[in-house]
Parts: sequence; structure tokens; C-alpha cells
Amino acid sequence: MTDTRTIRIEALRFNPETDSAPRLQRYDVPFTPDMSVLQGLQYIKDHLDGSLTFRWSCRMAVCGSCGMMINGRPHLSCETFLRDLYPGPVRVEPLDHFPVQRDLAIDQAGFLDKLAAIKPYIVSAKDKPLSEGPSRQTPAQLDAYYQYSQCINCLLCYAACPQFGLNPDFIGPAALSLLHRYNLDSRDIGWSVRADVANAEVGVWECTVVGYCSEVCPKGVDPMHAVNENKVNSALDYLGVKRLLGGR
Amino acid sequence: MRIISADVVVIGGGGAGLRAAIAAAEADPGLAIALISKVLPMRSHTVAAEGGSAGVVRDDDSLDNHFDDTVTGGEWLCDQDVVDYFVRHCTEEMVQLERWGCPWSRKPDGSINVRFFGGMKVQRTWFAADKSGFHILHTLFQTSHKYPAITRYDEYFCADLIVEDGRVRGVVAIEIATGEMVLFHCKAAVLATGGAGRVFRQNTNAGIVTGEGMGLALRAGAVLRDMEFVQWHPTCLPGTGILMSEACRGEGAILTNKDGYRYLQDYGLGPLDPWPRAKAMELGPRDRLSQAFWHEDKKGNTIQTPHGSAVNLDLRHLGEKKILERLPLITEAARTFAGVDPVREPIPVRPAVHYTMGGIATNVMTETAISGLYAAGECASVGIHGANRLGSNSLAEIVVFGKVAGERAAQYVRSARPVSPERTARLAEASATRVLRLLGNERGERLAEIRDAMMDAMEEGVGLYRTEAGLKAACRTLADLRARYRRGIRLDDRNRAFNTEWLAAIELGSMLEVAEAMAHAALWRRESRGAHQRLDATARDDRRFLVHSIARSGGDGAPQIKSAPVTITKSRPGSRVYGGAGAKAELT
Repeated sequence: MTDTRTIRIEALRFNPETDSAPRLQRYDVPFTPDMSVLQGLQYIKDHLDGSLTFRWSCRMAVCGSCGMMINGRPHLSCETFLRDLYPGPVRVEPLDHFPVQRDLAIDQAGFLDKLAAIKPYIVSAKDKPLSEGPSRQTPAQLDAYYQYSQCINCLLCYAACPQFGLNPDFIGPAALSLLHRYNLDSRDIGWSVRADVANAEVGVWECTVVGYCSEVCPKGVDPMHAVNENKVNSALDYLGVKRLLGGR
Repeated sequence: MRIISADVVVIGGGGAGLRAAIAAAEADPGLAIALISKVLPMRSHTVAAEGGSAGVVRDDDSLDNHFDDTVTGGEWLCDQDVVDYFVRHCTEEMVQLERWGCPWSRKPDGSINVRFFGGMKVQRTWFAADKSGFHILHTLFQTSHKYPAITRYDEYFCADLIVEDGRVRGVVAIEIATGEMVLFHCKAAVLATGGAGRVFRQNTNAGIVTGEGMGLALRAGAVLRDMEFVQWHPTCLPGTGILMSEACRGEGAILTNKDGYRYLQDYGLGPLDPWPRAKAMELGPRDRLSQAFWHEDKKGNTIQTPHGSAVNLDLRHLGEKKILERLPLITEAARTFAGVDPVREPIPVRPAVHYTMGGIATNVMTETAISGLYAAGECASVGIHGANRLGSNSLAEIVVFGKVAGERAAQYVRSARPVSPERTARLAEASATRVLRLLGNERGERLAEIRDAMMDAMEEGVGLYRTEAGLKAACRTLADLRARYRRGIRLDDRNRAFNTEWLAAIELGSMLEVAEAMAHAALWRRESRGAHQRLDATARDDRRFLVHSIARSGGDGAPQIKSAPVTITKSRPGSRVYGGAGAKAELT
């Protein structure tokens, strides 16, 4: 392709084994109009500096690996295009609010613990044998929770969340969306087993309704809405009404 | 070296690995099950599967139909006893996923909806919009949290299998975050590491689909079967290879050439009317559609793009509402990655490598040639796909055979004899030393040079249509690249912690061996069948080649290729015909 230009990418570098402080490293990268920031980083890795560390996999915005701060805002690097950032420079940094493992790779362990804590699976009334066939779920019942099942765990919402930045114990937008997803599922009766997480100090009440999480979500999930619907549920639960109404 | 003891180690956290781990935990909650993945499980490539998963559910369908479509689609290279088991278990696995919360698309009355897929007589593809793999994977991953028997080792990279006296004893892995070498002592292991599409340049696969499970098994003494059968998916974005799901055609999309002409009618897939019709035109199988593209390209009937020629995938007549309801992911992907809005314009598409039909040879119980070692999913060749896989059979495969693998591994553990851990540890130390040596190379080439040369050799010589001369050249190039690889890759990164360049170098070693197995098996098979098409042997040759190919490691040299019989029970090989007499399809 003839339409090749050059753009400067400034990548945050940090290796906890050897560095006392993070630094920015600059690379000049030739690019064509169809190249993403991720492809720019792959060019660096292949041709300029094999030590630059970042995660990626599907390169089509569905696996959730390649989230990073791009010019100060959380994005998936595979669907952010260098042409839109020209003439640059483009600054890439690890997602805000997470410990840095190395360069652009963040430590996700805390998030995975939160995911486990919300019991992210169907809690059903009784175990029907598979031979009885699938449960019925109308399109309306599916719609009730469907948007919350679209989360790809890319963690952009956590990087956008000022409360998570202040308190890393906050269960946070993605995990609370998933909690809501299961609570809203017509096949699930697990509200009460998830209530402790929702009601906790670091649960829904920690959210201050900034809404940036929903703004940066690449999949159109609305975590703020999920969290705040659960404030209502949590309040009803506090008053003893929720459980009387039978869960969901 | 850190040592972790487990009863069952599952390698790979995609659909097959998660299903295996859950099955093992359900079979015996007292087991210690280690689930190792080089990524977080929800990043596994299952996440990118779009169209759906097969399971007979309609009154007008039958297990015999699913069996016939699969065996015919695979051009009689399927093991029919395995296909029989497969079709009998698909639907219950789909129901199981439903119980676990998978958001399958529904009909107005709340029952499961199913769509058409290529090569299928009847609608039997369960779908969750066009994010079926994503929802299946997340459902399995989230459900796996219910089982305390499963301990996950996320971002651990498997570097070697330890096999003693023909039995699997352990797995040597690298903890990516620290670079520490870890030996997982185990009684049984399940390989569920996915395919190897990344040995080609234009492919639909995630970056992690590098075939190292196949490489691990091959080096440990297992064999690879039918590696010459590589599937090109006919509708992918030029350049990136991003998949435009077969579900597009299942919902009624059409393919046209540069003149707006529906060219598939010229390649045994017509006639044009009445349309849509099952197993005809755009509802034909992937191999035939990809090959038709190749011929149109040779005739000069394709559209030129900066990343190669293309044809048009046209969805516009479906209307915006249906496109957004049924195909939201490909709509978003076409808009983002091709700058094309499928509601208003056709999408330029071309074939790209999508799936490896071949893999680690197993029987119907997912057993490999090594005791205690099982394989399931795309890394395995259990025998259902033959020469060409039908769309929606692979998502079903990962759960049907993932479950079998988990259950068999759990059962094997109960009868496994105790062994000397010291000997296993010594073998593991030797293996770790080999892996660490890569970090210390003072001289050598850049990783990307050898990787890119491998991809070019595969595209050039082992493509959609193959010749003896082209395959021999590819074999020579790959042998040369393996020699260069042995002479050394010089890494920029010498750190242990989170050294992705080091991991890519290990992956490349496996990719070269897997690529070589593909090229040599393709050279050996002097006939055309399914996805394997030879310009110098254009006919199918049942007399000589109604057999599997088997590739065995030749160490530093070329793999040895032999044949093995195909199990045929009730469907005698006949001619594979599409288009024509099929029933008129009703798209819902």
C-alpha cells in the first residue's frame, strides 16, 4: 500500500524487576490507514523492540485482552486506529488504577477474585434432568438481562471508575454488572446468595454515579445502570421487602 | 523449580478445556484438577466463534440427517462410529449449556431458535445472536466457579509434556508473570489447546492459536492425523482475516462477483432458483465456496483491494432490523475494521484459513497414543470432520468431547499406579533447561523473520489449491526454517518476568513442526478431497486414499507420513453433490 505515513508512539515502560520508576519510550512507526494502535505495537515488537510487553489476542474487539490507556483514555487498542490519532504522538499506558505487571500489562488478579465473589453462575430452583429439554425463556425474558451478558471483561470500566481508583476493594462495574445479569435471568433464583456482595460497603453503595464506566464500555453494556438498579434492590433488601418478594 | 501436584491437568481454558475440567469435577469432586491456560480463560479463541452450534432439535430433523450431512460434508473421511456418538450427544450438551445460563436466541414462545448453516439439510444450528462462541465460553468460564475441585492457573504457558514409559507424568509450564518454571505432577492430562491457523498469514484466528498442543503431543510421541485438511472460511475481511460469520449466509446473505453476478451457480452449487435452498448456493459447504472463489479470482471476476482480491457478501435485502438482531457482531466488525456498513453496502470478503480439521489422533474416548493423555477440541482429531468440517460442528465438538475427555481422565486417575516423583522431576529439569536456553542466545535471527517466512511458505505452497512442486518447495523451506530456528533466535528481551517474546519463540518452534506436518501430509495425499485440492491430482481416489494420514515426529528431520484406516459403518462413499434437488429452505 502506498499511503504510508509515520507516527510517533510513546509507550510507558516499566519492569518491576529492574526499574524504580516508569518511563516513556518513543518509537516512530510507519502505518497505513487500516492499521490499529495494536498493529502499531506489533510493528514495534516485530521490528524495533521485542521487549515491549502488551497483551492481545483476537484483534477483533471480542476477547478483551488489549485494553490500555490511549492518550489518557481507556480503549481497546485493536479497534483504535492510528489514522484517527495522526499526526500524534500517541501515548499508550497501562489501564489506570491497576498495579502494573510489566509495561502495558496490568495485574488482573484482584478483578478475578471479585468475579468469583459474585457467584457468576445460575442458581436454580431444582436440577431438572437434561432429558426434559431446554427451559423456556421468552425473548422478553432474554432481553431483560442480555446487555449485561455482553461484558468482555476488558476492564476499561475499572480504568474509568474514579471510585475504584480511590478504593481498590470496590467490587466495581463489570463484576456488579455480571451480578445483575444473573439476578435478572429468569432461570436464576440466586439473588439472596449474591446479596451480601451487593449490599456490602464496597458493593453498590460505593458507586458515586459518575457514569464514565458506561461511556467507555466498548460493548454497550451500561454498568452504571446495573449498579444503581441494585441500589434499589439493596435498599429494599435492607427494609426486608426484597426477600419477602421472593428474590429477583 | 516449583512443583504442583494435581490429579488431572487440563491444558487450555477454551470451551473444550473448561468443559473437560467441569466434567472431571462432576465425575469426582475429590480430585485436584489444575486448569492451565496461557491467557485468562475468557480470552481463549472460542470467544471469537460466531455462528452457532449444531444439535438436532426440530421435528423435521433427525440424528440420521446430522450424521449424513457430517459424513458427506467430510467426504467420507470421517470415522463414522465417532460421528454417530457425536450426533447423539450434541443436543444434550446444548441443553446443558442452556441450563448453565447460555443466552441462546429464542422463538416468541420461549423455545430454542435454530438457523441454517452450510451443508446442513435442516436448521439445527443453535445460536446466541452471532456471538455464540463468546456466550458459550463465558457461560462455561463463569460456571466453572461452582467447582472447588478446579484450581485455575491463568497465564501459565505449557512448554513440555513429561512422558515416562508411555504414560503422561507431568507438565512443565512457565508462570508468565514471573517467568518461573513449574512442574505440574499429574496422573492424567487433557490437551485442549485449540488449532494452528496462525501458521498461515491470512487467517481468522486469534494470536494465541499457534498449535503448541499439537507440537507438545507430537514431540512426546503421539501422532497427528489428517493435517493436510486445513479449512479456508470463504467470507473473511481481506488483510486482517476477520471472520464474517457463516451465519450471514444462514440468514440469507448472497455472494456476488465484481459484476454483481451470483457466481456460485457456476460451480455445482446452483441452480439459482428456488432460493434459499438447503445445501445449495450460499448454503453450500465451506470448502466448495472457498474453491469457487479461487476460480472466480483466476477468471478475473473478483474485486481488487489493497489486501488481495475479494467478492461481495451482500446482506442488504435482510433489512436493518434483522441484521442488527441476528448479526450484531459482524455488523460492528464490518463497520470498524472494513469501514463498511452492511445495512447499506455489501462487505468485501475473501477466503482465509479458519480451522485445522486434523490434530492429535484420538479414539472416540479422546484417548491418544500416550496413556493418561487425552485431547479434545480443535487440537484433536477425534474423527468427526474428515476432509471438511461443517460449520457449527466445532462448537458442538468442544463440549461433547471436552466432557468425554474430562470424564475419562477422572476415571483413569482412579486406576493410575503411583510413580517415582524423583524421576519425573529430573526429566522436567532437563526440559526446563532447554526452554531457558532460548533466553540466552547471543546470536541469531529476529523471531518475526522466521515466523513471516513460515507464513509465506504456507500461503504459497500449502494454499487452497496445491501442486507437487509447490508442496515440495514448501517442505524444503520449512526444513530450512527449522534449521535456522535451531541455530538460534536472538531475543531483545532477556528478562524472565512477563517475557512475551520468549513465549512467542517457544510457540514458533511448535508452529514450524505443525506446519511441516501439514505440508508433508499434503504432499503425500495425491488426490483431491474436501478442503485438500491438488491441481495435479484433481479427482478423489478412494482406492488409494480413503484413509487417514498419520504424521509422526522425525525429530529434527521431516515428519514420517503413513496411512491409517477410516472407520466406515453405514455410509458407503458416494458422490458429494450440492445444489440441485435439495428442498426449499425456510429462513426464519
